Amino acid sequence: MAAPDKVTDLTSAVATHVRDGMTVALEGFGHLIPFAAGHEIIRQGRRDLTFCRMTPDLLADQMIAAGCVSKLVASFFASGSAGSLREVRRRVESADPAPLEVEEYSHYGMVCRYQAGAAGLPFFPLRSYAGSDLPKLNPLIRKVSDPYGGPDIYVVPPLRPDVTILHAQRADRSGNVQMWGIVGAQQEAAYAAETVIVTVEEIVEEDVVRSDPNRTVLPAHAVTAVIECPGGAHPSYTQGHYDRDNAFYREWTPISRDREAVLDWLEEWVHRVPDRAAYLDKLGAERWAGLGVAPRPSQPVDFGRRVAQEAS
Amino acid sequence: MSTTFSDVAPSSTEFLAAVAARQLVGKRRVFAGVGLPTLAVDLARRTVNPDVELVYESGICGAQPEGLAEGIADSVLVSGAAAVLSMPALFGYVLQRGHVDVGFLGAAQIDRWGSLNTSFIGDWDRPTVRLPGAGGAAEIMPNAGECIVVLRRHDPGALPAELDFCTSPSPVRAHQEDPRMVPPGHGVSTVITPMTVLRRPEKLGELEISEVHPGLTVDDVRAATGWEIAVADDVRETARPTVEEVRLLREEIDTVRLYLR
Repeated sequence: MAAPDKVTDLTSAVATHVRDGMTVALEGFGHLIPFAAGHEIIRQGRRDLTFCRMTPDLLADQMIAAGCVSKLVASFFASGSAGSLREVRRRVESADPAPLEVEEYSHYGMVCRYQAGAAGLPFFPLRSYAGSDLPKLNPLIRKVSDPYGGPDIYVVPPLRPDVTILHAQRADRSGNVQMWGIVGAQQEAAYAAETVIVTVEEIVEEDVVRSDPNRTVLPAHAVTAVIECPGGAHPSYTQGHYDRDNAFYREWTPISRDREAVLDWLEEWVHRVPDRAAYLDKLGAERWAGLGVAPRPSQPVDFGRRVAQEAS
Repeated sequence: MSTTFSDVAPSSTEFLAAVAARQLVGKRRVFAGVGLPTLAVDLARRTVNPDVELVYESGICGAQPEGLAEGIADSVLVSGAAAVLSMPALFGYVLQRGHVDVGFLGAAQIDRWGSLNTSFIGDWDRPTVRLPGAGGAAEIMPNAGECIVVLRRHDPGALPAELDFCTSPSPVRAHQEDPRMVPPGHGVSTVITPMTVLRRPEKLGELEISEVHPGLTVDDVRAATGWEIAVADDVRETARPTVEEVRLLREEIDTVRLYLR
């Protein structure tokens, strides 16, 4: 029996799987950030999402400004070279235009939450937080005694998103997803979720995947829908395909300072653009070519093939 | 090797990066952050410590970047690295298990024990400034062998008697909560500011003035600090960057002036 074909388009995937009020994780640690999928969520006008993302950078600023998010679960509220997330800051510092509920951890705290969710565990211990004010800020960070007699230790609860959305280099039609470069906590965030949507630079033949099984971060059983979406991580990057659009990140800082400018940007670059292909057209071939990378291929590895052994 | 000293201002990025780079003599594995630490580790690789292994919280171990990284997840850190690990492996096995010798951290506020605030200025509920939060700093502080903090300003607001919020606690605060929960790492060993180099020789002790930058006095540093700061027995003047160190920073490391201003 052939494996089911999970390839769909982004509009259908979001319409089918992402509903108002859901807990949605969009992961990718500075790499493979699923911007195209986030923009589709904005276009479809989702509301009241609990948005989970370790580093809510520009993507969070955009989705929050668009009114999609009522709660943010995260561990770092800034964007590297783009600096502060002004939409997040406006809401947190002055409830402008509305307050934003924030549930805050450290990076490893978020990683441990995904690990607990992925493995079906009730909580996950980590050696952080002793002496920190974070457990007072977030009462879900709790301290337990070690049943084996060691010192007390802090634990975090599982994070189980309704939907996790990721971007990757490639997948086959049945949903075996391969990625390389920085892989962050994507495998954990996917296994923690009920539904997993993955956009990829290219859909490849099953043989390509099977030629290098260690490269598969998510086997098909962990993936609900696959969408071919070249350029889907811009302005972040996809290792080996295109580089981070650093100029875009810098351009965001002045936009982010002014809520009207953010809304204008969303109107121009999200609402009036039907899909990622149109977004890339609008970005222009010249700018896109400027993000190209030179080849630096890995050396192929040899998995070997069993040859018949003579019976002794 | 030239030992001509540069006259760059002690508050300049070049001065702070050169002082930070010298702290890495003999250190094997360094957890590097974005910005000034990127310059410092790059300079250290070209001067005092060619063999230092760079580890980034994005999962990269043994980075050998061909260009200046813009951020800790830059593709230039990935290409040619020795390994790229998942975040459970990086934070759990590499960092929490104790494989990192030095962590570089920044902060909006630091207190006398070397606890850091990177979360809020003002009230937690309605902060005057919402800062970036913990990131990996809350893990680096307890688990790295020691932490070096670089501050871009030195005044009683940045070095207050009481933090507005403690994001990444010193072992002193962990000890106050429960002596059995004191982490393996030393916590902050060194603080580099535009005025001074502070050191914290004891794991459960206070920061003290160890070096004072050229043109400043111990009293200047005291007056700019929010608590009655201790003074080491043998305070000396901070060694200026050499002309060669400044040249490397400007002409070979940050040619595009990403971090140097």
